[in-house]
Amino acid sequence: MNKEYPKTKMVAPPPNILLPERDVDKPPVLDVRNLGIDFGGLRAVDDFSIAIGRTEISGLIGPNGAGKTTVFNLLTNVYQPTRGAILLDGKSTAGKLPSEVNRMGIARTFQNIRLFNNMSVIDNVKVGLGNSISENLFDSLFHTPRYRRSEREATERAYDLLKIFDMQDLAKVEAGNLPYGAQRRLEILRALATNPKVLLLDEPAAGMNPSETSELMDNIRKIRDEFQIAIVLIEHDMNLVMGLCEGIAVLNFGKIIAKGTPEDIKNNDKVIEAYLGRKEDENA
Amino acid sequence: MVFKVTNLIVTLIQGLSLGSIYALIALGYTMVYGIAKMLNFAHGDVIMVGAYMIYTTVALGKCPSILGIVISIIFSALLGIIIEFLAYKPLRRAPSLSVLITAIGVSYFLQNLALLIFKSDPKSIPTLFNLPPLHIGDKITVSGETLFTLGITVVLMIALTLFINKTKLGKAMRAVSEDKDAAMLMGINVNRTISITFAIGSALAAFASLCYGMSYTYIKPTTGSMPGIKAFTAAVFGGIGSVPGAMLGGIMLGVIEKLSMAYISTQFTDAIVFGVLILVLVIKPTGLLGKKINEKV
Amino acid sequence: MGEKKNNNLLGESKIKKLISRDAVTIYIVIVFYAVYSAMIYSGSASRQMLNMVITLSCYILLSVSLNLVVGFLGELSLGHAAFMSVGAYSGSMLSVAILEKFPQIPLYVRLPIAMLFGGIIAAVFGIIIGIPVLRLNGDYLAIVTLAFGEIIKNVIINLDFTGGAIGYDTEPIYETPKNLLPFAAVAVIVSVILIINLAKSKHGRAITAVRDNRIAADATGIKITYYKLMVFALAAFIAGIAGVIWGHSLSIIKAAKFDFNMSIEILVIVVLGGLGSVRGSVIAAIIMIILPEMLRDLQDYRMLIYSILLILLMLFNASPKLIAIRERFSVKNLMAEAKKRVAEKKKVKEGSANE
Repeated sequence: MNKEYPKTKMVAPPPNILLPERDVDKPPVLDVRNLGIDFGGLRAVDDFSIAIGRTEISGLIGPNGAGKTTVFNLLTNVYQPTRGAILLDGKSTAGKLPSEVNRMGIARTFQNIRLFNNMSVIDNVKVGLGNSISENLFDSLFHTPRYRRSEREATERAYDLLKIFDMQDLAKVEAGNLPYGAQRRLEILRALATNPKVLLLDEPAAGMNPSETSELMDNIRKIRDEFQIAIVLIEHDMNLVMGLCEGIAVLNFGKIIAKGTPEDIKNNDKVIEAYLGRKEDENA
Repeated sequence: MVFKVTNLIVTLIQGLSLGSIYALIALGYTMVYGIAKMLNFAHGDVIMVGAYMIYTTVALGKCPSILGIVISIIFSALLGIIIEFLAYKPLRRAPSLSVLITAIGVSYFLQNLALLIFKSDPKSIPTLFNLPPLHIGDKITVSGETLFTLGITVVLMIALTLFINKTKLGKAMRAVSEDKDAAMLMGINVNRTISITFAIGSALAAFASLCYGMSYTYIKPTTGSMPGIKAFTAAVFGGIGSVPGAMLGGIMLGVIEKLSMAYISTQFTDAIVFGVLILVLVIKPTGLLGKKINEKV
Repeated sequence: MGEKKNNNLLGESKIKKLISRDAVTIYIVIVFYAVYSAMIYSGSASRQMLNMVITLSCYILLSVSLNLVVGFLGELSLGHAAFMSVGAYSGSMLSVAILEKFPQIPLYVRLPIAMLFGGIIAAVFGIIIGIPVLRLNGDYLAIVTLAFGEIIKNVIINLDFTGGAIGYDTEPIYETPKNLLPFAAVAVIVSVILIINLAKSKHGRAITAVRDNRIAADATGIKITYYKLMVFALAAFIAGIAGVIWGHSLSIIKAAKFDFNMSIEILVIVVLGGLGSVRGSVIAAIIMIILPEMLRDLQDYRMLIYSILLILLMLFNASPKLIAIRERFSVKNLMAEAKKRVAEKKKVKEGSANE
């Protein structure tokens, strides 16, 4: 089935232990194999293998500096991996530009929010919709009937997306003037607008209070159900991760030290050690 | 055209001399860029002012050459400080484009002030020193002015390198160019450091105008423009913000210019020089010795 | 009832459209040319005004097009005049050739063809320059545009078929400002409308997105290369058209005129007009061309005053301290303060009355 794997030497595919039951019969949407990158001799990420189910919500956790954001940068080709392969729906993303990877179906948000600050909220979403707007340069310059049609359609779709987080009233506000939480939500919507198969969220709940966080959890679930996409998130808020994710991978010093369900992870000694330090130290 | 080694050597020496002038000016661009993150477009015109000061003191005021040169250097350094204080300091946190336009305004101002005072006809710089030419063998002759330029550039570059690396003030300059806010927290007087950088850059420009005046003898209000642009190019060529880069870039630019004049085409020299610059930047986008800046994602 | 509601909505949006900011810009340009033409063709315009109209039109074209690069795309370009020179030379040469081979072709056919040709050649140069530019950012990109400008100038001056340093003889195709005005006016109005249209479209949004946050734009699927090249080509195209008009208004064109200083002059207009503001560019161009003309009596002091004004303008515009002072004494603030004072007085009065 997966005939389009690149011809690199690879170890056997990792067991798909993270796939939730409903996704088990389908090939994973994202299949990452032995991914690694070196920064000046330092192995920032090494031997990172994971398979993500079509509609799975999974979490990537680990202590600060473990390489979580680096993994996202590798998955979106912001960094070119030194080793390994990324297969999206069986197609390799090797050598592609970040924009091409996005069009193939991986969208993301950033840990330090990156919005188009001088544009309105709705225009931020419309930029995300851009590639599905059928409007050429001529239409744009001369405002042809097709321009008017596609603009109207884009506006409608943008408002539909804004509805997810109940942000319609903020449509005309400049993105840079939004409160912090709203900026995080807008970034998710912009990524969602690119019509991805996999959505990568880098600390979506950072800076949110508990009630905002629980609302966000509901919304992430809603997005998954409605759009039938896979969501991978990096998060430090353990309540969110444990309550939302079906599969979790724990990263420490660039390597996966544990994979499994929230229950598995909670009781994993290695994970506890990574977060709290070695047990002997505590006793000492 | 018969290729002769002696011709090549003479051309190379001329290139080194011209490159030295470019390097002296480029140092001013690069130091100011490194510390204030701005392109000081008025820097080229400081050369012009320096040259006019030599003209005023030595040719009109009949001062001894050495006194005229000292006055010119001090005046240029003060001019650098004044320009920074009046035009750039209020814009320290403003968008870089506003600062750029202000610098262009200062450049226009200096040119037109010179035009008003000295009129547009070229003025000749008197002979400052009688320097004997140097003969190597029977074929190679190097003029005294060229030797003077080379000598003074080498001395200044060594002095500057020592100053930046060994003195407290030099270290403060490096700290401010790395991170202004952190430097301030460490107790460094950022404003004073920036002023001193402008003063040093402008004084170097005055040395450049001395060398330029001795080799080219005529000056006009627009004299500073072309060497200014070339030196700016040299600074970028070497990697803007990098002091060794400016030295290397300036000297390479001078040598390339003289070589292409001698062996390729006199007319297309400018096109060749700028073409090489583009080629270098396309291959190495931050110049020869520039640091690669990785944006954190 | 539904129908009525629909009508209402339509009416409302139409009114909104008529008075939108962008529409005002277009009206300003149209009214400007209408008044100017009326004065010129009725003979009430001074000679100075007549001579100025083509320069003015060219500078409007140059500044709105440079604004595309600097304001919308956010890349600094210091070689915009070079595109104008490419357009001026190529368009004028074609115009001369047409005139020689087919003298029966009238001006209103020949000039538009020449304008289109000059624009396209300039756009090709824009793309050529845009390619290395793709790898560079910020000040490095600025220096490359400067270098390209100098190369183009240097090459044109030293080629034979361009007339070399003496310049290219455009005597045969020379037209009076009166004859050129309609073409210039149409070129300006169409360019302004197209740029405004572009800004409000998918392409415009993508360009602004690249400016605001390149990394996020990349992650959002925007082909950065395509949009950068498109902007450079479009800006060069418009500058090229300005060059063709310029070429027809003179009896000789010299490459040395299109130098670094001219590029800077255009950049100054764009910055003063406001980055990304089409209307600002138009108004700033008009002021910056007319102002020095009006200062002509001051002769030697003219450029000196110009430079001082430039520095002061930038200081007032961008210095944080001066901005604070300006805002403190702005009409809006003073009004608000006055209101507050009145309200306080009232409170005091009420308070004392209650007592």
